[in-house]
Amino acid sequence: MGHAFFNSLHRNPDLGLIVPEMQLAVFGMGILLTDFLLDAKSKAANGLMALAGIAFSAYSLYRLRGVEASGFHNTIQVDPFFIFFGMIFLASAALVILLSVRYLEVEHEHHGEYYALIMFALVGMMFLASGTDLIVLFLGLETMALSFYVLVGFLRREKRSNEAALKYLLLGAFSSGILAYGFSLMYGMAGSTNLEDIKTAFASRGPNDILVLLAIVTVSAGLFFKIAAAPFHQWAPDVYEGAPTTIAAFVSVASSAASFALLLRIFLTAFWPAKSSWELMLAVVAVASMTIGNFAALTQTNLKRLLAYSSISHAGYILLGLVAGNATGLLGISFYIFAYAFMQTGAFAIVIVLRRTGLIGDEIEDLNGLFERSPAAALLLVLFMLSLAGIPPTAGFMGKYFIFLALIQSKHYLLAVFAALYVVPALYYYFRLVVHACIRKSSDPVRPDISVGQWLALGIAVLVVIGAGIVPEPFVRLANFSLNSQFMPFVH
Amino acid sequence: MQTHLLSVILLTPLAGALLLLVVPGRLVTAHRILANLIGLVGFLVSLPLLGRFVAGEKGFQLLEDMGWIPSIGARYTLGIDGISFVLVMLTTGLGAIAILSSWSAIQMRVKEYYILLLLLQAGMLGVFMSLDFFLFYVFWEAMLVPMYFLIGVWGSDRRLYAAIKFFLYTLVGSVLMLLAVITIYFQHAALLQEGGPAARELMSLYPGGAAYTFNIPVLIESTKFLAPHMQQLLFWGLFFAFAIKVPMFPFHTWLPDAHTEAPTAGSVILAGVLLKMGTYGFLRFSVPMLPDAARHYAPLMMAVSVVAIIYGALVCMMQKDMKKLIAYSSVSHLGFCTLGIFALTPMAIQGSILQQINHGISTGALFLIVGVLYERRHTRQISEFGGLSTPMPNFAAIYLIVSLSSLGMPLLNGFIGEFTILQGVFEVPGRGPLYAACAVVGIVLGAAYLLWLYQRVMFGPVTNPANANLPDLNTREFACLVPLVLAAFWIGIYPQPILRYLKVPADQLVQRVNPDYFERHPGLVPAGGPAIGNLAPAGLTNAPAAAASGKALPSGASALAVPVPLRAAAQPAGE
Repeated sequence: MGHAFFNSLHRNPDLGLIVPEMQLAVFGMGILLTDFLLDAKSKAANGLMALAGIAFSAYSLYRLRGVEASGFHNTIQVDPFFIFFGMIFLASAALVILLSVRYLEVEHEHHGEYYALIMFALVGMMFLASGTDLIVLFLGLETMALSFYVLVGFLRREKRSNEAALKYLLLGAFSSGILAYGFSLMYGMAGSTNLEDIKTAFASRGPNDILVLLAIVTVSAGLFFKIAAAPFHQWAPDVYEGAPTTIAAFVSVASSAASFALLLRIFLTAFWPAKSSWELMLAVVAVASMTIGNFAALTQTNLKRLLAYSSISHAGYILLGLVAGNATGLLGISFYIFAYAFMQTGAFAIVIVLRRTGLIGDEIEDLNGLFERSPAAALLLVLFMLSLAGIPPTAGFMGKYFIFLALIQSKHYLLAVFAALYVVPALYYYFRLVVHACIRKSSDPVRPDISVGQWLALGIAVLVVIGAGIVPEPFVRLANFSLNSQFMPFVH
Repeated sequence: MQTHLLSVILLTPLAGALLLLVVPGRLVTAHRILANLIGLVGFLVSLPLLGRFVAGEKGFQLLEDMGWIPSIGARYTLGIDGISFVLVMLTTGLGAIAILSSWSAIQMRVKEYYILLLLLQAGMLGVFMSLDFFLFYVFWEAMLVPMYFLIGVWGSDRRLYAAIKFFLYTLVGSVLMLLAVITIYFQHAALLQEGGPAARELMSLYPGGAAYTFNIPVLIESTKFLAPHMQQLLFWGLFFAFAIKVPMFPFHTWLPDAHTEAPTAGSVILAGVLLKMGTYGFLRFSVPMLPDAARHYAPLMMAVSVVAIIYGALVCMMQKDMKKLIAYSSVSHLGFCTLGIFALTPMAIQGSILQQINHGISTGALFLIVGVLYERRHTRQISEFGGLSTPMPNFAAIYLIVSLSSLGMPLLNGFIGEFTILQGVFEVPGRGPLYAACAVVGIVLGAAYLLWLYQRVMFGPVTNPANANLPDLNTREFACLVPLVLAAFWIGIYPQPILRYLKVPADQLVQRVNPDYFERHPGLVPAGGPAIGNLAPAGLTNAPAAAASGKALPSGASALAVPVPLRAAAQPAGE
């Protein structure tokens, strides 16, 4: 039956290119329907259904791996870049769902809409990674963002959650507006919404044209907001702190990966001819993000805020790969985003499992004595922190290594020194968590109650984080695979 | 046919750590026994090296080579020369002693303690054995983590501060080193791509060698062709990592804190082995890889070393805490080691390596001695003690021998090391005699602070009643200290067996960096023959290198997307 389905798609090749998205949407709507049939105790079935949808979508995505095709009048492009990022979105969504079931039960907010919204957000992300047309990209961005506005405010009875949602909505709408303004400038110059046409228009106008510069600045501002890069990062700590922790993890990993996919697609096609004019801007933003993220994180006592500031500095590192502007840099970006997805989710997962009735568990003090209460969780925390800080042998180290490699290959020595030295403050604040978890004693004897699903998510995350550090080769190949896309300026 | 002896030595502590991981934590005694057995086995498996390692041969021996990350050219390559040989033996020996010394000192989280100690051991062995710069870096950084926890969990009052200070200080140097390593990596590839005479020479030495490689022997041959300004830049890139680790004079401030707060075994390992990673880095990388820069900066480095010798000794005189005193004495003693390295004469370098071993033995023993007192009195304040030779006669005897060995008494190990270094430094034209003279002042001061410490702690009447009935050394403590005392006598009376291992590497090093030396002394023939050419015996290096070019960088999978010039560069070798 499955084959018949795929065969029918061959007759409509365009539809075949969006099967993964269609499956996600169908399962998302299915959850909304079946949710009515489930009583309050069996809401976990929604989670299972969402996981099934993700599995189907991942399978379809996997089947598209050899394809390099555009569809729907050149508005979407299926290429290794899209497959790679799609897999990251799906994997991080799967981890988040595994972590969510118990968390939502503790929060008493276990509703089917939660899972459906995750699926819809995924659909938006997938179009962000595959779109080659401004309209599709904008629709994808808004689909994702609208789902997230609701998800961030999902803890209806929590003031913090409501505040975070409102803040996210207002700032998100504002930034989308700036982005749309930039898009309109691009359309005005090219007379087309297709990125390749815009690239041609940019190339003919030259990198110093005032309209080109204006478009670059406005579009970049909108994108920097989405990836939470300085100076457009202020929303991140507040939103992370207020949002349900699972959603904070999802925003920080998947939403930021999707925004990076969008950023890369735009910078590597439309903006590429004007590289000389945005290189410096990107370098400044990257260094500012690393500076602000790292130094602000030093003094945080709230775990979610700390992880938010640290994610700002990670965005800076990833941007440096684009500043380097060579194939190694893009490999570094892919590897970094991949590694980040697992280590950041893992770090959030530890915060999630601290949550129990009567304890929010997002203060650094709540980690105290974790080693006595759950040695395994404490050990995992140490590994995730080492990886986030970039100490070998972990995935995070390899990610940073490739960024340094790219910077030195492109002779950006000063930036490399900055990036390398910022590892030091990062280690300091990550190890504050370790000190609390492994060395400080706690008066609280309660062992964290970790569900099977949560253990599974933690296990997968730690396997990838350590595996990609000790045996990086398969993961390097995976990241390299994403570079085999036609729109990439280097590899063909 | 590859031998796997080095891998076995490297993996024994790792396997032991895994074994301890699965034993339940409540079986404390089982953990103690098992850990000691593993420590002993770790030492025993390193003994075959004595037979397998050939002292008079130049280059690296017992090579092992396996693919690891082909897309960046990093490989799992192990091998040792005379320098790493003695350091590996020191590590396995001191490791076993450190584990034994912790039997009663560690009362909480015993399981985790031993696991971390074994991981640390594996990390240090990896540093000394790696012949791949990337692998070296991984070990270099990874071993910071167990050391951090050893200080942070089992240390004394200010342990958290000391632990993070240690970690952050070393990390600053490490990340800069990583950038230097990457730069060297690209410089080597660029050199091959240019295809000049340098590239042809490299190609004839390492036919079929990959352009993108971290292979240390290959890079040592390659980096000497770099322009002087590039060498100097790279020298500083590497310098901070090694200087902080040693620690050299202005970068030493982490050391007293880390030493003082660490548990006894941690201090023993820290002083005995960990600091040697810094001097090893200079000997393995800074000096042979960047000979022009090393020559250029040698006077500066020697001056800084002399400052460290005298400053460290003076600070020792002021200390009230026994452990802190010994920590500062390490600054002074390591100053001798760096002085010897940068004198760039065969004698001085041999003496420097020997002194590194001596320092591991003597200072390791001194820390054990402080540990013995600390376990009995739970204080390290010198003023708390006095007249201990009455209740603890055996302890007094051993402590005296160790003190004398540390301060350079003839017939004990310290004398040989310092004397050889001074002899070598004296030969340095120009200011050599001046440096040597200043260093002698350091020796005098060393005698002063160590003997004064001994006098205050051991002699006189027992003034503090708490000290009146202290038990003397027990069997386990004897077992820890006696091997070190024997080693001190052995090196002091008959150092030839060890110097035999060091002669060839030292002569080779001097030939690379300071060829004038042998021209000035036409009577001296460098051991091991000319330094140009293979650092590893023929037939062993070339095989993995050829494999690397064949498999390591398949053009399609090259992460760097520069396969074309690589093939172009590799072609002349095939012809």
